[in-house]
Amino acid sequence: MRRFSWFNATSLTLGFAFLYLPMIILVVYSFNSSRLVTVWAGFSTKWYGELLQNEDFLQAAWVTLKVAFFASTLATVLGTLAAYVLVRGGRFAGRTLFSGMIYAPLVMPEVITGLSLLLLFIGIGLDRGILTVILAHTTFAMCYVSVVVSSRLVSFDHSLEEAALDLGCSPFEAFRLVTLPIIAPAVISGWLLAFTLSLDDLVIASFTTGPGATTLPIKVFSAVRLGVSPEINALSTILIAIVTVGVITTSLISKRAAVRQAKEERAAERST
Amino acid sequence: MAQTVFAPWEDSQEKPLIEFVNVTKRFGDFTAIDNLSQKIYAREFFALLGPSGCGKTTMMRMLAGFETPSEGKILLAGQDIGAVPPNKRAVNMMFQSYALFPHLSVWDNIAFGLKREGMAKDKIAARVDEMLRLTRLEKFARRKPHQISGGQRQRVALARSLAKAPKLLLLDEPLGALDKKLRQETQFELMDIQESTGTTFVIVTHDQEEAMTVASRVAVMDHGRIVQVATPDVIYEAPNSVYVADFIGDVNLISGKASTRKAAPASQSKPAPQPAKPAEPTSPSPSDERRPQPNAMGEWLHDRVLEPVLGKRDPNTPAPIVEQVTAAEPQPVSAPPEIPAGGLAITWSPDHPPLIASNASETFGGADVVLALRPEKLNISTTKPDAPNVLRGKVIDIAYLGNISTYHVQLDNGTMVKAQIANTRRVSRRQITWEDEVWLSFTTTAGVVLEQGT
Amino acid sequence: MRRALLISIPYLWLLVLFLIPFVIVFKISLSDAAIARPPYLPTLELSEGWASIKEFFAELDFENYTFLGEDPLYRLAYLSSLKIAVVSTVLTLLVGYPIAYGMARAAPEWRPTLLMLIILPFWTSFLIRVYAWKGILSTEGLLNQLLMGIGLVDAPLTILNTNTAVYIGIAYTYLPFMVLPIYSALEKMDDSLLEAAEDLGCSRLQAFWMVTMPLSRAGIFAGSFLVFIPALGEFVIPSLLGGSDTLMIGKVLYEEFFSNRDWPVASAVAVILLLILIVPIVLFQLNQQKQQEAGK
Repeated sequence: MRRFSWFNATSLTLGFAFLYLPMIILVVYSFNSSRLVTVWAGFSTKWYGELLQNEDFLQAAWVTLKVAFFASTLATVLGTLAAYVLVRGGRFAGRTLFSGMIYAPLVMPEVITGLSLLLLFIGIGLDRGILTVILAHTTFAMCYVSVVVSSRLVSFDHSLEEAALDLGCSPFEAFRLVTLPIIAPAVISGWLLAFTLSLDDLVIASFTTGPGATTLPIKVFSAVRLGVSPEINALSTILIAIVTVGVITTSLISKRAAVRQAKEERAAERST
Repeated sequence: MAQTVFAPWEDSQEKPLIEFVNVTKRFGDFTAIDNLSQKIYAREFFALLGPSGCGKTTMMRMLAGFETPSEGKILLAGQDIGAVPPNKRAVNMMFQSYALFPHLSVWDNIAFGLKREGMAKDKIAARVDEMLRLTRLEKFARRKPHQISGGQRQRVALARSLAKAPKLLLLDEPLGALDKKLRQETQFELMDIQESTGTTFVIVTHDQEEAMTVASRVAVMDHGRIVQVATPDVIYEAPNSVYVADFIGDVNLISGKASTRKAAPASQSKPAPQPAKPAEPTSPSPSDERRPQPNAMGEWLHDRVLEPVLGKRDPNTPAPIVEQVTAAEPQPVSAPPEIPAGGLAITWSPDHPPLIASNASETFGGADVVLALRPEKLNISTTKPDAPNVLRGKVIDIAYLGNISTYHVQLDNGTMVKAQIANTRRVSRRQITWEDEVWLSFTTTAGVVLEQGT
Repeated sequence: MRRALLISIPYLWLLVLFLIPFVIVFKISLSDAAIARPPYLPTLELSEGWASIKEFFAELDFENYTFLGEDPLYRLAYLSSLKIAVVSTVLTLLVGYPIAYGMARAAPEWRPTLLMLIILPFWTSFLIRVYAWKGILSTEGLLNQLLMGIGLVDAPLTILNTNTAVYIGIAYTYLPFMVLPIYSALEKMDDSLLEAAEDLGCSRLQAFWMVTMPLSRAGIFAGSFLVFIPALGEFVIPSLLGGSDTLMIGKVLYEEFFSNRDWPVASAVAVILLLILIVPIVLFQLNQQKQQEAGK
């Protein structure tokens, strides 16, 4: 506390102002009745009404949700499997290549991933559409899931799995009854991360999409390229609200669980 | 020895529960277990003791089925279990970390293995309750592992691994996570449970005190080999190598050159020194004067301890102690006449007289040996005592441990020797203090003579 | 057997959808553009046997790479991408370090909340966060209104559609990547180290410079690479905030592909970008490994 000087207070205030002001401004101006986003002309919710009337946006939002749901679910299955193989698989031929392929997409520029997947889909004659976007999103999102899950698996006491085997589980039962329940929080956060990444992705989706599968970010991008629009502000506000509520709720839940666990552990130690 | 003593390893008719037959385990270039053979009998409490990396954990993991031998066989009740996966073995393990499933209650943790067997529900409930009673955990059945204390967790782990009534229970450093006091209580609990359930226990530990307390036999391991297997008292009193002597308890190691002692006449003027332990055979009788014989202790040592390592001793030919040895080695200092003949004289320092060990095998004659002396076998006094082995020195340090004190004495030639004395008097009345000149003395059977480099 | 199956599912997925696409990109970068479908030559016709395969390989060449080397547009685009990435990384560091420092020095009960506030924007849409600056930076935007309102400038500044806007956009969107590693390095630091330094005669500033800075160096490296690497291939930020003269290789690639439909050149651009990226990625990995070993 001694070191928490005015300097620290200032830098935190300025830093968080830098982080949050642009978003706050966005939210405030979504309630502006003027189409000119830089001039305040009174409170209004009309842009929300217009947004909800806009069939194109609703269609794109629906496509995005479908893509995000399927891609993140598939990515969670594959990513968890990949993490398990990476952490528990021991040595196998091509392990280095495998771990390289897991980590590479995390640092790969999206334009390259998008381009290469597009060229693959054209090469194998797969018609571009919602399926190709799902495949593309699954591929890069599974790497994120696998990083999240494997960091949990690494800190996970291997003897728990051995104990399950020792007590008569087949390896699959050990995974289902012991490993999976314990890594479940990491798997869920992996899924949420994958879902968010897929919702958010513009570049890879624009490379791999086809007619009839325009996602929301593609729609938003083409709308904002030209300038600021109040409908987009309204849309952004909705998205920011959903994310904020979601993140705060989950962090409160996990914090309460952690506090309760710590309390119970202390009580248990005292009881002896 | 009394007949009631549990010692199946001495009965050649007894069938072992577990048998390692020339087992070798390699991890890449590293040999964790090196051509090891060992029998473990039903109802034994067998301890594998050694420093980390000695292969004790690998041995246990092979029994559990988490590792398979690179060479050799492991038999459980006569059956080769090399290829049996861990979930199909009648062997259970208690893990060092306890490995309690954090998402399951104490009750469900204990029931876990029973459920896998497909046991009927009411039978599972009955068995779990029995286990809870055995480990005094009835009150905690509904709690989750994080809601109970470390000692309780340890008991849950034990109950869980015993629930399936395994033929063999493996315990990996079972008490390592407990504090010292709890550990000592739990050791006795563990012995009680082992006895009441009649299960064979194999325990892995690096804590020699723990191994000595709980085990019926202790196997001291080093570099993938078992160096010595014996009951705790033999391990302590008659280690078969410098390694074991040094690993178990505190010891002073004095290296020197051994020579057989000439039979001296009129050696009965003084009674033979009392053996340190009643179980130990006494020093050779004076009738053996003419020809030096391997003494009884040496024979006993060989038969009981060294045989698995060195092979059978030929009972007809006494060990090759030839005159040549005594002839070639000019006897540096003649032994004091009042000490009975036989045994060895160990020349170790020009500043001190040779040390006499009457309990040593004369096969060591002429060899480089180490005399291992437990600190509590040494006596310390301010005046020169009338004893067969006397060493003069100066007190450098005194470690007061409450019940005992350890004196660090620097001998005239610079060697540091530790002597331990029970504090029967109050500190203020102790007569020996720092910088005092003292004499350390010990009997001719106090030490154990060991071959150098073992 | 079952293990092999488990391994092969994610393995094959990544081989088919990650590695093979790169091989295809590389192959196409050696082809020639053509007005055809697909718009490049040669195409591999396996059905026509060995001779055609040989012919196929004979027609591949490094022409596109020579072209990239000769055309100043691409050279400039790579250089300008590097410059923008470096400048933005430094800017992010200057903004991020005080935040991370302030967080690490805050009371322990506040730290989880501060941490959550840093991570929260990461979960909101990247596109929206970039877009938010469009309204702020434009000539009639809020920043100019503010600056003119307090009389700092007379005429509105042109920030939007310049490189400056791109720097701000990158610093803003990648700020969490910079703050988090520095924070975790600073948080581990023992407060008594600073007290020891002052006890030994350092002023506060000297103590910061001689103790805190060196101890957070690994965090600075990690954060800088986490910003630099994605910034180099960035597409969205220069497209939304940059001007027509803002040259970034991600944008060039995108336009080469969609506007010019020159697939072989776009592929060659991608291959070169990847080669440039290998250096910082390897450096980043080495830094991480060193950290891990030090942690043990």
